[in-house]
Parts: sequence; structure tokens; C-alpha cells
Amino acid sequence: SKRSLNFVSSIGVTVFTKRVENAGSEPVSKVLLAFPNIQAKNLAAIRAFGTEGKVKGLSSVLPIEVVEPSGVPPELTFFSASLHKPLQKGKILHLDVLTVFTHFLQPFPEEITQADSQLVVFQDSSHYLSPYPVKVQTLSIRLPGGRVESYTKYGNTKLVDSELKYGPYEDVPPFSYNPIIVHFENNNPFAVAKELIREIEISHWGNVQITEHYNIVHGGARLKGEFSRLDYQSRPYARGVSSFRHLIARLPARAHSIYYRDEIGNISTSHLWSDSKKTQLEIEPRFPLFGGWQTTFTIGYGLPLQDFVFSADGKRFLNITFGSPMEEILIEKLIVKVVLPEGSKDIDVSAPFPTNQWQEVKYSHLDIAGRPVLVLEKPDVIPEHNLHFQVYYKFNNISLLIEPMMLITGFFLLFVACIAYMHTDMSISKNSPSYLAKLQWDEVQATVQQIQGIFHQCLAVHDKLETSLHDLSRTGDAKSCKAARKAADAQFKELAKELKPLLLSVQSSPQSYQIWPKLDDLVAKERELQDKLMARHATVVDSVEKKQRGQDIENRISSQQQKIAALRQEVESLLEYLSEI
Amino acid sequence: MISTMQVVLGTLLAALVPVVGFNAVLTSEHFASFLVFIILHVVALVYYIKGLLTPRLFKVAMTFVLTVGLALCLAVVAILAALVASSPTKGWSGRSLSLLDPTYASKYIPIIASVSEHQPPTWPSYFMAINVLAFLVPAGIISCFLPLSDASSFLVLYLVTSVYFSGVMVRLMLVLAPAVCILSGIALSEAFNVLTRSMKFQRPISDDTLPTAGDSTPGSSSTATITTSTKNANIKKEKMGTISKERSSKKSRKETELVGSSPVRPEKEEKLCVLPSEASAMGILFLIMLCGLYVIHCVWAAAEAYSAPSIVLTSRSHDGLHVYDDFRESYAWLRHNTEVDDKVASWWDYGYQTTAMANRTVIVDNNTWNNTHIATVGTAMSSPEKGAWEIFNSLDVKYVLVVFGGLIGYPSDDINKFLWMVRIGGGEFPHIKEQDYLRDGNYRVDAQGTPTMLNCLMYKLCYYRFAETDGKGFDRARRYEIGRKHFKLTHFEEVFTTQHWMVRIYKLKPQKNRVRGKLKLKLKSSSKTSLMRKGAGKKNPWQ
Repeated sequence: SKRSLNFVSSIGVTVFTKRVENAGSEPVSKVLLAFPNIQAKNLAAIRAFGTEGKVKGLSSVLPIEVVEPSGVPPELTFFSASLHKPLQKGKILHLDVLTVFTHFLQPFPEEITQADSQLVVFQDSSHYLSPYPVKVQTLSIRLPGGRVESYTKYGNTKLVDSELKYGPYEDVPPFSYNPIIVHFENNNPFAVAKELIREIEISHWGNVQITEHYNIVHGGARLKGEFSRLDYQSRPYARGVSSFRHLIARLPARAHSIYYRDEIGNISTSHLWSDSKKTQLEIEPRFPLFGGWQTTFTIGYGLPLQDFVFSADGKRFLNITFGSPMEEILIEKLIVKVVLPEGSKDIDVSAPFPTNQWQEVKYSHLDIAGRPVLVLEKPDVIPEHNLHFQVYYKFNNISLLIEPMMLITGFFLLFVACIAYMHTDMSISKNSPSYLAKLQWDEVQATVQQIQGIFHQCLAVHDKLETSLHDLSRTGDAKSCKAARKAADAQFKELAKELKPLLLSVQSSPQSYQIWPKLDDLVAKERELQDKLMARHATVVDSVEKKQRGQDIENRISSQQQKIAALRQEVESLLEYLSEI
Repeated sequence: MISTMQVVLGTLLAALVPVVGFNAVLTSEHFASFLVFIILHVVALVYYIKGLLTPRLFKVAMTFVLTVGLALCLAVVAILAALVASSPTKGWSGRSLSLLDPTYASKYIPIIASVSEHQPPTWPSYFMAINVLAFLVPAGIISCFLPLSDASSFLVLYLVTSVYFSGVMVRLMLVLAPAVCILSGIALSEAFNVLTRSMKFQRPISDDTLPTAGDSTPGSSSTATITTSTKNANIKKEKMGTISKERSSKKSRKETELVGSSPVRPEKEEKLCVLPSEASAMGILFLIMLCGLYVIHCVWAAAEAYSAPSIVLTSRSHDGLHVYDDFRESYAWLRHNTEVDDKVASWWDYGYQTTAMANRTVIVDNNTWNNTHIATVGTAMSSPEKGAWEIFNSLDVKYVLVVFGGLIGYPSDDINKFLWMVRIGGGEFPHIKEQDYLRDGNYRVDAQGTPTMLNCLMYKLCYYRFAETDGKGFDRARRYEIGRKHFKLTHFEEVFTTQHWMVRIYKLKPQKNRVRGKLKLKLKSSSKTSLMRKGAGKKNPWQ
């Protein structure tokens, strides 16, 4: 059996490679794997690949489950990998087991100053804790490089570069335990997300919106004493090697509308690179994180719907990665919320590992029944868990139109109500004096408007007369001028006829006491103006016919002219007054 | 009627605001407006009674009311005068007194004078705020005077008072703004009126009336004569002249205004307002351009000067925009890396920001009314380290936050505000004396600085290890080398400094770190200082 431990990152990864030989007589269908409880508690992931025979490759994933066989010490936790087909006597199986442990490395000392580098200690057994006898085994530990403070030395222990080797040991009995302690430098960012809430909101208008709320803490050795910005900025040897100041997130290609903020606003220190395969977001928290320091922030981005939501067998399904897009981050508690559109039914999830699941309802704008939310919770999530999971649901495209239709009907009803209000008479008592007065006043106003129209027509006729006079002075055509006067006269009469009933109706109305004198005045003035105009017209035409000189004509009509101008002024001002009412 | 309702309702509503309360009627500032209110109502009442009574009866009633009313008035005035005289500020609050007397605040209430918005504005700030309106306003005043009506005289009075108040403090530029807008609007409208009118009356009779117009106007309008005669001489020169005249010269503006506001009789109009049509076209174009430029300036000012948050600073350099987000950096650090119930001490300017962004309790904030409270923090900042530690410890303060602009040259930092802390602190605790911090009346923190200054907490917290950045300790905000370069902190430790050193946060060292063996010795040796303190600070609760 070969065992290799990898501590290059802050999360411990172990790979066993075993050759299993069935030495018994019965075919074996299960292989037991044992871990001490202390380690099993922090086991984040375990995966086994089996290959039968001597040929490598073609390995297949074996299902693994926790078992409790009888007659074993209670300090051990057993996992059993079931083989696809039982291993016959004498046959050999290559078994690769990948395990990932969190909190495998303990910072020691637990508090360091800014200038110190971070030392971690790791405890395990140099012998693989196997329930079976082991013929030959080795252990190799890959360290991240840098100083190795101490390690337990046995006979055949070698430290080559940054690789520590124990073994080979031969013929080790079952359950043999040979403790080793390795104390070494590890300045990798111990980024731990205490809690990460990922909200995946599907909108069938074409967007999958992802919002991730991080609460990140530096999980390594705590900072002791001062933090000096001077040292951090200008002294390379004392700048705090164990701290980290940026995190890298690999977002899917075609991610758009990316934002990075926290509760007090946008954080301006981030960089984004994107190409056709991926989008890389480098974010810097507001301050560099030293041991024990923490911060919270939110990143969010939109993804095109067609890349992540597909339909099959009349159902739709979302196919998206489970974990965080951040590199090398340990998430102590991950909550994934899938917010499905309102009206989704038959929700079903298939995840590659066990999770706690429940459903919630989220209300957003214009929601009536609320959006179904599927919540998945998993502790201790590592980058190895970044696998795709599927959420199946049924959704009818017609439901998309519900909200726009609601808005349209709402506004339509509003406008209908407005129209109805404008056209209905809402007064309570129909024969109160003020109501009647208002009705009468409306009537008077309408008539006054008609009267105004007539007067304006009169004024237009006046203008026509004037122009005919002008034409006369130019052409000397007295006949057409006379005809114009006759036409004007006829028009005046007609208008007067029209005016009479209107005036009577205004006079009879009790509401007209204010207007009537003005109106009366107006009628009188207008009549006078008409007379004057006609008279002047007649004199001018006469004198033209008698071939008098232009100067004489001017003299004859000049007095009339002034009166006409004054009258016209008065009529116009009266009309203005009326229109102001 | 409506205004009566407004006054009464407005006063009642104002009195409902807890801070205002009965101040709305009790303080002397409001006396004048209430007096006007009362007089108006008395006049209205007299007219009403006059309508009711016969003239003879009215005379009798008048004499009766006058005698009784005068007696009553005298009594009331006497009581009021006695009341007013009994209060030390004659019933005027410090804020309004500092408005009437610009030197009042700096003499008596340093806390009001310390606010940067309460400083008198500079000329550039006027130009920044009102831009071209500054040139249009004089023209507006002149056009208000030409037919001086009630409305226009009100406008002029409004402008004059608001100019005075805006001269007292910058923030009252807000009072000036509407007056300036109205008056320059009037000026613009008059100018357009003149120019368009002269264009309108020249267009149809362009050939033969121009010379006659020139002939008919001598003496009636100076502008018309000037322009027409120069037109004959040199058209180009005349155009230039008109433009420069429109631009800024008040004198020529006056002339155009003279024309613009000439009586509106049509016959005279034709004679008076005849500028050459080219000149008036140029003038209109120029005015439109001016308005356009003003719009551009306003948009720029609104975008850059008025909406730039003072919490995120930006600077443009040759390699693009640089963002200084240090304030939020420090507040985020406080929020996430201190205990929830830790208290943070800083100068009060940062009180609201700390409360809102860092979610931590502060000792003083922007709405602290208790002067002693602010003075206590000022005293702590101006004390030497040990004294400051004691004050802060008695206030249960865990962290002290200072703003320092020396590294990047940010001028409104705590060192520049420090003299106000000394003044406000000294106002309550007399052992802090402003002279101790000034060398020959000058405030400085270079080698010339006084030992008290170079030893006080504010200096130490700002410049702790600053000299190690460039070896000399050159302060970019004040442009000289600092006085004391290498020193250690004994009672405080640096816990966080932002990227550009703009905010530095220190933690009070816990008590147990002090050497206990030396305590007795120190007590004896420092008996002199403690005696001094006793004498100085009987009011001081920290001793």
C-alpha cells in the first residue's frame, strides 16, 4: 500500500493506492477502510476508484458507505467500499482512495506576530490504519516547501526536498498505529468561509442570477500584537507572509453584470479577465486578512439562461455547480438556495452527495403565490465538492406573462376608473341651490362662448371691409367694393339674428348678473362700430366715385377713423374680459 | 388669510419638533417676524372696524383704543425688554448672533467656529458656486431699479441680505442661490428683450430706415448713438466692442439695461432700441453661448464637486483615476474585527460615519450637544499619552481613531483640525492652554513645534513610525519635515492603518501591561504634576 499526503494547500488531501489481494477462500465484495474518529470528524470527502487486475487505467468509482462492523474498537470509523463484482480468491484489486480532510493542520504556535511565518503541526500514523494485514507500505508527505521545524524520526525516514518519506514497512499487522508529528511552515492562505449563502435565481426571461454572500475568516494562526502598515508595505521580511489580500473566483464563461460589494457599498479593488472559456474575477477585500481577521462581502453575477437550464421529458432542469467559484477556500457551512420562478411545480433535486434539503417561499415584486425556493445545506465544503447538481421542475411558459398582464390590467382599470370618475356626477343632493347655480353657470358660460364666437366673426367681417377699402385705394374698383359692403351687411344681419336668442337666454339666466352689463355694453359698442364702419366705407366709396383726391378723402374720414379705432379697442378689450371669465 | 394660516400652522408644526419646541416663539430671533404678523393683523382689524362704524363713532373708538392700546403696548414692551435683558445673550442664541457678528463664534463658541462650513467663503468658492451669474447679478440689480416696483425692491433687499449672510459662512451660499438665480434671470430676460426687439424692428425696413434711425436718435439713447456711429466707422470693431461689452463690463451692461427697460410705448420703442441687427445677433449668440457654458459648468459641478462623496476620495494622475477608499477600509475593519460593544473614540467629525459604517459605539458624534463631552475628547487628544489613556479608559474606550493625511497630502486631517480640539478642550478644562501648542502664534508640527505639541496624543498617534516611511518624515499635507521623528508608544498600540495611512486605529493597552513595581515610585515623583492637575481641573472628573 502506498499513501501520499499533500499539504501544499491549506486543506489536507490524502491519496492511498492499495493493492488488495484476496487471501481468503470466499469471494470478497467489500473492502473496509478505517479512520480514527478524530480524523473522520473532519473528513470532507472520500472517493474510491477500483481497478481489477494488473492493468492500470479503466478505473471505476466505487460506492462508499459508513458501516459499523462488530468487534472493532469504538474509536474507529469504518467506511466500506463495495466492489462492482466480488473479488475472487487470489485475485488482485488496485484500489485508489482519495480523502480530503479539513482542519487537518493545526497552527502551532496558535498566535504569531506580523513578522512570523505560520507554522502548522500535523499528527498521523506512519502506518496505514488498516483492518487487514499489510505486506508492504510506504508513506510520503508532500510539504509546501519552506522550513520544516521537526518531524518524528524512525529508522527509514527521509526528507528529500519538500517530500517526507516513511517506509517501506513490511508485514504490518492489522490496526497497527505508529504516531508521527510533523511541524512545518505553511503560509498558504487559510481562507475559511464561516458561512456562504449562494442564491441562484432563475428567470425564464433569460437570466440566471447568482448572488453569493461570503463571511470569510483567516483560519490560520491568530495575529498577535500590532499590525503595522509600514512593515506590511515596505519590509519584505516582516510583511506578514501568512496573510492574504486577494481571492480568485473562476466564474463560468459569459458571466455578466458582475458586482462586488459589502454592506457599506461597492468595493473598488477587483479585477476581471474574461475569455471565451472562463471569466476570472480577482477580488481584494477592503483590508488584507491576517490570522483571525474576518470580513464579509457579496459578489453577484448573471449567467445566460440557455447555458444552465435545459429541458428534458417535459421537465426543465437546472444544471449548475454546487460549491463556490473561489479557489482554495474551505466553506464551513454552505447554503445553496435555488429560487425557481413563480408557478414551478414538481421540484426534485439530484445532488452527487448527501445534503440537508428543505423548501421555502420567497416573495419578490408582483408575486402572489411566491417563488418556491429549494434550500440545500452542507457543512465542510471543499473545492472537490464543486460538482454539478440538478434541480428538476415543471414550469409553464404562460406563467411568464402573468406579471406583465397584471400590470396591464392594473393600469387599464386605473384609467377606466379615471374615465368613469370624469363622466359621473358625484354630487350628493341634486337640487341644492349651489348645485343648481353651478349648472346654470355652466350654461351661461357655454352661451357666452358662443356669443364670443359670433363677435369674432363680426370682427373678421370688419377686417374684410378694411381690406376691400385697401383694394379700392390700389385698384380704384368701386363696384367690387360695393359688393363687399353688401355682403358684409348681409352677414351682419345674419349674425345679429343668431345673436338674439343667445343674448335672451343669457339675460334670463339668474347667474348672468355679472356678465350681462358687459355683454350689453359689448353689443351696443359693436352695433355702433358696425354703423361707423359702414358709414366710412360708404363715404370712401362715394368720394372715389366722384374722383376726389386722396388727401381730401383722408380729411373727410379722419374723424371717423379715430372713433372707429377707439371703438375697436373697446370691443376687443371687452371680448378679452369675457374670455377671461 | 392664507398667510395667517401658514404662519400659525407653521409655528405650531415647528414647535412639535422636539429639538425646536417652544424656541419657535420664545427666542428673540423670531420676534421681528411675529411683530410684522401682529401689525398686519392690527391694520386689518382697523380697516374692518372702520367699515362697521360711522365716521364719528370710529373717531371716538380710535382715540379710546389708541390710549388703551398704547398703555398696554408699553407695558408689554417693558416686560419683554426686562425678560430679554435678563438673559446673557439678550435672548439671541449663539448661532444667530454668530450670523450677525461674524467674529462672535470664534470669540465665544469655538465649537461652532470649528465647522468648516461655518467659515467665511473665499472668492473662488463664490465663482465655483454661481459662476457666470456673478456677472449677471449686477445687471439684474440695475434692471430692478429702472422701474422700481414693490416686487423689484423686495428682490434687491433679498439679494443684499443674502449676500451678507453668505459672506458670513459658506453654508449660507444656499440662501444666496435663489436670489442670484432670480436676479440673473431678470438680467438675461432684459438683455434678450433688447436684442430681439432691435432685430425685430430692423428686419422689414432694412434699406432706408437705418440711417434715419441713426438721425432720429441723437441724445435719446447713448448705446444707439454709439453703435450706429461706430457702425459707419468700422463694422468689425463695433462687433468686437459689443461682444466685450456683453461679456463683463458693468458699465456697458448698464447702458444695454438702460435701453432694455425703456418705457414700453411702441412709438418710442422703435426709436430707442435700435442696435444694429448684426450686433444684436452676435449678442444673442453670445448670451446663448454663455448660458450653454453655464449649463456645462453646473453639470460638472453637480457631478464632480457636489456629488463626490467625501468618504471616497479620488485623484486623477497621468496613469488614470486613483481611488482612496481608506475611510471605508478602516470602518469595515472595525466592523468585522472588533467586539460588538467596543467603543471608539475619534474627533466628532467621524462620529456618524463610525456609527453607520463600522456599527460601533462612539464617544462623540456630529449631533453631540453636550459641549463638555466634545471638550473631553479634545482634552484627551491634546494631553500626553498617559493622561489621554486615563481619560479614554474612564470613558471605557477600546479604540482610538485618527485621520492622518501626511502620507498622501490630504489636507483636512486631524492634525489640521487639532487646534480646534485644543480650543474646545481648553474652553472646558483650563489646564489645556492654546499658547502651549503655538510657537509665536504659529501652529506647526515641525522642529519649531512646542514640546507640548510634539508630546500630545494626537501628534503621536498620527506620526507613529511615520518617519520610517521615507527616512525623513516629510509631511505632504503640511509640506515640511515633522518635528519629532522616532518615538515609542507606551499606552497605545497600533492595530490597523489603512492603505494610504489616512485612518489609523490604535488600541488602548490593557492595564496589566504597566509595570506595577514602578507605580509607587512614580506616584511620589509625579506628585508635583498631580498637584498641578488638582489645582487646574477641579471640574475635571478624570482626576
